[in-house]
Amino acid sequence: MSLDDLYRRVIMDHYQKPRNRGRIEDGAVTVDLNNPTCGDKISVQMRIEDGKIEEAKFIGEGCSISLASASMMTEAVKGLSVEKALQLVDRFSEMVQGEEIDPEEFPLEDIEALQGVAKFPARIKCATLAWKALEQGAKESADQD
Amino acid sequence: MNRYAKDFPILKQEVNGNPLVYLDSSATSQKPFQVIEAVEQYYKENNSNVHRGVHTLGTRATDGYEGAREKIRRFINAGSVKEIIYTRGTTTALNIVAACYARARLQEGDEILISPSEHHSNLIPWQQAARATGAELKYFTLEPDGTLDLDKAKAMINERTKLVSVAQVSNVLGTIFPVKELAEMVHRYNGVLVVDGAQSVPHMKVDVQELDCDFLAFSGHKMAGPTGIGVLYGKESLLDEMEPFEYGGEMIDTVDLYESTWKELPWKFEGGTPNIAGAVGLGAAIDYLETVGMDEVDAHDRHLAAYALEKMGEVEGVTIYGPSTNRTGLITFNVDGVHPHDVATVLDAEGIAIRAGHHCCQPLMRWLDVSATARASFYLYNDEADIDRLVQGLQKTKEYFGNVLG
Ligand SMILES: Cc1ncc(COP(=O)(O)O)c(C=O)c1O
Repeated sequence: MSLDDLYRRVIMDHYQKPRNRGRIEDGAVTVDLNNPTCGDKISVQMRIEDGKIEEAKFIGEGCSISLASASMMTEAVKGLSVEKALQLVDRFSEMVQGEEIDPEEFPLEDIEALQGVAKFPARIKCATLAWKALEQGAKESADQD
Repeated sequence: MNRYAKDFPILKQEVNGNPLVYLDSSATSQKPFQVIEAVEQYYKENNSNVHRGVHTLGTRATDGYEGAREKIRRFINAGSVKEIIYTRGTTTALNIVAACYARARLQEGDEILISPSEHHSNLIPWQQAARATGAELKYFTLEPDGTLDLDKAKAMINERTKLVSVAQVSNVLGTIFPVKELAEMVHRYNGVLVVDGAQSVPHMKVDVQELDCDFLAFSGHKMAGPTGIGVLYGKESLLDEMEPFEYGGEMIDTVDLYESTWKELPWKFEGGTPNIAGAVGLGAAIDYLETVGMDEVDAHDRHLAAYALEKMGEVEGVTIYGPSTNRTGLITFNVDGVHPHDVATVLDAEGIAIRAGHHCCQPLMRWLDVSATARASFYLYNDEADIDRLVQGLQKTKEYFGNVLG
């Protein structure tokens, strides 16, 4: 077990300089989630138009993994259809549990750095928190249509 | 390794390539081979149901189960085994008091008084009991270091105060609450004092008659015993008047189609087949602790806490929560700029097990104005070398995060 497998440079970069941190003024779906076992909190907002995620933002408190993952998530889902974003949530969840992701299906880019989480089972929940919020928000908005 | 560590087989292993340093005993303690063997022997030689049947194994199982109850009685100096009720742990014990005492007796206009530093299991049962009865839940005001000022406490206790419940030792701050003095104040107005002993009974001599508390709850697994077994001590006069918690086998006297009567104490509160092996294991844990001596355990833990306070205090950027004196063997802390999860992960890579999170004390985290903390907790098998390893680990954590964060 090497710490460097977990704390990759890209992850630390997102942790220090989170992308899309903040609030969306109006017209957004908001989901607040916390991880009851550790106290991490996240609030994810997304603006969905015509079934497409136009914008996603987050605010929250948490460890490097949960905040970096939230930051990466907001970048990765921008421009995806709700359906595609929900698929990505599933793939991501599989990835942090040690499964490979087909790069043809999804260009992973920064997210790939979170593969190392699979070797740290105690941290999987940190990595998936923001994605769970995304999933919940996307499903809510799909139900409303 | 200190001289007790050799009794704990789990400690003789490497974790992530380093000798294990276990600093999470407040969450659950490790078990000496004496306890592990007592449980094994019970299953290999004596396993049977208790209080049923006439066969020899049944007698042995009952003797083991009831023999352990007597050991527990002696350990906390209760007046009678009728006052020792086996439960699943502290949580269940506190819920029994909330359900069978508070809900039955309290009403609008009454007050329940607890501390904001309580563990969720000594907080939510009272929240729910207050809601159900219309009683008001109130909180003591704590001093900035987390201690309780007795004069301020006294001012909050009056004829409306029907029940006060506090942890004798806080699982986050390590503070020792003055429960004996609280008992006196509460009794002046005929209220009752419930003591959450989850973190005190494993670490110091607790004498229920000397404290004069009305109820005491604790868990076997934090005192070198098995999981799934714990104790509710209650004064006989109070337990006598309470309705049972669970109805079923084991706890009945006679059952008719439309009406039944209960066994006498303590069995009235022990519906269903109990955790017999757990009770036997807890008895063995008490034997073990008594061989060491609770005064010795107490002195040892306090010494380590003082040593850790000093050594960790020397590490720049480490914030320690709680009072600087009179505290038991645990240190809750944070490292500047590094989230406690990340601290715990880096230490784990070094083979050092600590806890990170809110420690089941969300209101206390808000009171401390943090979202989470790290905690190192000690028991008789730890020594100064373990704390030195922790301090080295903290230096590494700072270096590592200094580097990766650049
Ligand atoms: C102060 C305190 N109270 C109650 C509990 C709950 O104990 P258990 O989980 O064994 O029921 C704990 C254990 O975490 C504790 O530290």
